[in-house]
Amino acid sequence: MLAMLPLLLALAVPALAAVGRPEDRLADPLLESRAQEIGRELRCMVCQNQSIEDSDAELARDLRRIVRERVAAGEDRTAVMRFVHDRYGDFVLLRPPLNPVTAALWAMPFIALGGGLFVIITRRRRAVAEVAPLSEAERRRLAELERGGGA
Amino acid sequence: MSDTAAPPPRRRRWMLYAPLGLAAAAGAGFWVMLRGLQTGEYDPRGVPSALLGRAPPEFSLPPVEPANLPALSSADLRGPLPSPIVVNFWASWCVPCIVEHPQLMRLSREGVPVFGVNYKDRPADGAAFLQRHGNPFAKLGRDEPGRVAIDWGVYGVPETYLLDRQGLIRWRFAGPITPEILERDLRPLLRRHA
Repeated sequence: MLAMLPLLLALAVPALAAVGRPEDRLADPLLESRAQEIGRELRCMVCQNQSIEDSDAELARDLRRIVRERVAAGEDRTAVMRFVHDRYGDFVLLRPPLNPVTAALWAMPFIALGGGLFVIITRRRRAVAEVAPLSEAERRRLAELERGGGA
Repeated sequence: MSDTAAPPPRRRRWMLYAPLGLAAAAGAGFWVMLRGLQTGEYDPRGVPSALLGRAPPEFSLPPVEPANLPALSSADLRGPLPSPIVVNFWASWCVPCIVEHPQLMRLSREGVPVFGVNYKDRPADGAAFLQRHGNPFAKLGRDEPGRVAIDWGVYGVPETYLLDRQGLIRWRFAGPITPEILERDLRPLLRRHA
């Protein structure tokens, strides 16, 4: 096990270095946490399903730096988000804004819920309505049972 | 009791086939998507540029010195222009850039102005690439920090923009300009904006 330690360490170092290089972080922990909060809302356009805080893509690193520069310069969250949004469009926002293009996306949960309720309600109503009348054979058998006979 | 609880078989069958039909539809959709990926009709990165219909951002890039080409700045892209312009972001370390290079060469031979931005590259490497594969660029800027590319909303290289004669961005393509993309997308646009 001890012989493998250098190997394990060598494998572990890239994992640690992968995201949020220490030299990229802001010295002020308050500013850094604000920058991270903003970065987690921004999509890495290279990997697409990661935020720029989670991605090790070169572009994500550049954007992390830009976010930090702007936060350090005193820009608020809206201003920083607007800077990136102006360049990369709605897709860069991990929480898409509500506009005509994204309306269907936002409406989807309600459509799904409404559709489900509709199916349940119509099925119930039909189940209640469609109690089939007894057939001639069943009626005879029922009468037989009532008379106390039966199989 | 069991006789009344069992619903008519017709409705049960519907319940059985609905998920099957749904899975079949999803499968067909997935197949269409994969086909599209193969032919280039469907591009998961084909999100329209935020800059469409707008003028490119203000910038002024230094030249790639060993290439001996004029540098590029936003002043070169300001309308009115004599013809539409193709702006291409590329790098010598970018393999797909080699794939698209013959198409850029063709456009420049046909007289279409092709301007280049050498992205995150060493000047010597960029110049060597052009020496080896030919130079399609009338003007070439060097964006080593990649900040101008971010102002354009570039994802990565290669990426190509078409500016109309008013100097407004009309088209963006992320990825290599294959011969198919050139014929199907870029050429019609060049004709329309000529």
